[in-house]
Amino acid sequence: MKRLLKSKSFRAGLVITVIMVLVTVAGYFFSPYDPEYMDLSLKFAGVSPGHIMGCDNFGRDIFSRVLCGCRTTLLVATGTVLIGCVGGVIVGSLTGYFGGVFDTVVMRINDVIFAFPAVLIALVFASLFGNGEATMILALGIAFIPSFARMVRSEFIRNRSLDYVESARLQGAGNVRIIFAHILPNAWPVLLQSVIIGFNNAVLAEAGLSYLGIGVQPPKASLGRMLSDAQSYIRISPGYALFPGLVIILMVLGLGLMGRSSYE
Amino acid sequence: MKKETVLKRAVSCLLAVTLTAALCGCAGGKKGGNSDKFTVGIPQDIDSLDPHDAVAAGTKEVLFNLFEGLLKPDSEGNLIPAVAQEMQEKENGKVYEFTLRSGIKFHDGSPVTVDDVAYSLNKCSATGPDGTPLVPEFANISKVETDEASSLITITLKQADTDFPAYLTCAITPEANKDKEDTAPIGTGPYKFVSYTPQDRLVVRRFDDYWGTKANIENVTFKIVPGTDTLVTDLEGGSIDMFARVLSEQARTLSENPEFQVLEGTMNLVQALYLNNGREPFKNEKVRQAICYAVNRQEILDYVSDGKGTIIGSSMYPSFKKYYMPELSDRYATDVEKAKSLLAEAGFSNGVSFTITVPSNYTQHVDTALVISRQLKEVGINAEIKEVEWGTWLSDVYTARNFDATVIGVDASNLTASALLSRFESKASNNFINFSDAAYDENYRKAMNETDDAARTESFKECERILSDRAANVYIQDLPEFVVIRKGYSGYRFYPLYVQDISLISRD
Repeated sequence: MKRLLKSKSFRAGLVITVIMVLVTVAGYFFSPYDPEYMDLSLKFAGVSPGHIMGCDNFGRDIFSRVLCGCRTTLLVATGTVLIGCVGGVIVGSLTGYFGGVFDTVVMRINDVIFAFPAVLIALVFASLFGNGEATMILALGIAFIPSFARMVRSEFIRNRSLDYVESARLQGAGNVRIIFAHILPNAWPVLLQSVIIGFNNAVLAEAGLSYLGIGVQPPKASLGRMLSDAQSYIRISPGYALFPGLVIILMVLGLGLMGRSSYE
Repeated sequence: MKKETVLKRAVSCLLAVTLTAALCGCAGGKKGGNSDKFTVGIPQDIDSLDPHDAVAAGTKEVLFNLFEGLLKPDSEGNLIPAVAQEMQEKENGKVYEFTLRSGIKFHDGSPVTVDDVAYSLNKCSATGPDGTPLVPEFANISKVETDEASSLITITLKQADTDFPAYLTCAITPEANKDKEDTAPIGTGPYKFVSYTPQDRLVVRRFDDYWGTKANIENVTFKIVPGTDTLVTDLEGGSIDMFARVLSEQARTLSENPEFQVLEGTMNLVQALYLNNGREPFKNEKVRQAICYAVNRQEILDYVSDGKGTIIGSSMYPSFKKYYMPELSDRYATDVEKAKSLLAEAGFSNGVSFTITVPSNYTQHVDTALVISRQLKEVGINAEIKEVEWGTWLSDVYTARNFDATVIGVDASNLTASALLSRFESKASNNFINFSDAAYDENYRKAMNETDDAARTESFKECERILSDRAANVYIQDLPEFVVIRKGYSGYRFYPLYVQDISLISRD
């Protein structure tokens, strides 16, 4: 951790990320306007002290919507990474630790899921369970499992024949204890990296899916959804596309810098 | 080193942003189109290439260029002879006699015979799985007789119907092509089928043996552009030359572009919040009326189409001058208090919740649903929005009737009042809102059996009035239509029906 804090890009990334999270959390308690309130007289209103990012095609305050959108996007990203990470750790640790036929079979299934693009899985889920955030989190989460599983599995393969594992086994520790108490903590640094990268991918995937209209349902705001809606009006109201876009860039940039410095 | 990396990343991010902005700006430079190639953007995929099976308005407007009936509509709303050279009405509208146009050919070069006409008419009057003919009005046909020598086709009806010629716009196709109508369709229209790639494009070519005025442009491609988001870029980038229904903001953007011309007409649709009358809470008429009162139509127009569009009050749009009743459009003037009290009377003083299912490819409908949902909140109605893909909408909402409410535009397939009104008969197979009203059925039947034109019109108007009074749906508007065509092309004409006649377009 100390080593990380020394890295300038980590610090820069940390600052950006903390600010983004703070803004998002603050937006939960306070937003200047109701993000769903429409006002005809403010249709495509420009940037002003009252509306620091202007208004959209329904006269809704873009800043309030960006705040709300950050929340949706962060929620989806967190949920996705959580499902992907927990699923990946279970699959990866078991296959990596036990190996053999079990490993071969499960990892081939893993490869099959890996071969499906996240968008495709999301489309299948959307047609089965309908559109919405929960569906999107589930679909993206499942799509993220294979990459986590691979990462964790390789760590387990590397660790399982090391001396400390052997000695734990000689002391009579059971498989479960070895997996979770001994090997997993040692796989943590690698896992952390993939969590950060995964988080970034999830932010972009949410934006992509909502952009395609299979994610968050209107009138709820999400950054991707806003970008997609703004497209038709890019000439009339460039700010409508620009601000949500910038926020996505900042979110990804912050985490990206952090993740990058951990392997520098 | 590390400082440099941060800087590098920041600079490359900035660069990416500026480049994107710059690229957006310079897309307009490209010249698209040449005299023998024209690409029309359409908002949805073709649901069937068989003109008799297609149900979506968006498909019919395309197939209009490939197929013709005995008669066809023109841009003035008249019926003009097409496959038939002339028509004679006999016995007060009970018998119709058609003479086949001499020398008329199908796209494959074979001559049109009276047998082909009989085949097509019989196909459309054969009952489908739901018990009604493909063209419901054909249930009225008693027999179709043909005489090869004199090229005569005689249609005898069970009951006289002076509107009957309007249904004869149904496509005439060759019997020989019976098995391939949905893969390689053949008709008699000004364009012939070349190829179709699902989800992508339909390619057609000018039919040089066309009986009438031949089309001007030789090769026409209908390119599917799902979602209107990328439209402006597609037009400016040159991948499409024309799009029939752009959003008002896009029209404004494009009208400032010297490369395009924007024409304004109406879409000829009945846009409404269609309510599933067979479901709670809409089984209750008072709830339906409350929603009608809660909605502010002018505000919807202001949000969705810059205040353009025509507010309507029943299932009829202004192009049908004879049947349209402008007085119904303010039947439910916005009245929040009245809406609340009606809800209370209906026993829903604690509020109502329902879902509005909208097809995500129609931005106008999605936006309308958003504004309605917002307006309904004022009276304590919680309307959630569920976007679905067009195919899902057709199967779940339209066919399976598994929905609470939906915003959509309903078009007329021909130039009669029944084209818009027949679906609200209790037992109609396309009555997707499950509307059921004895007085309506009676008036509709009366109109269909009436031969006197004035009395018939009056009965149809009574039907419209019932739809309005019973608040069958929350009628909103006939949407304004903005057609964008690349400059250098002319001849586009608006029809009183949902069609795009590409054959009239020519390069200057």
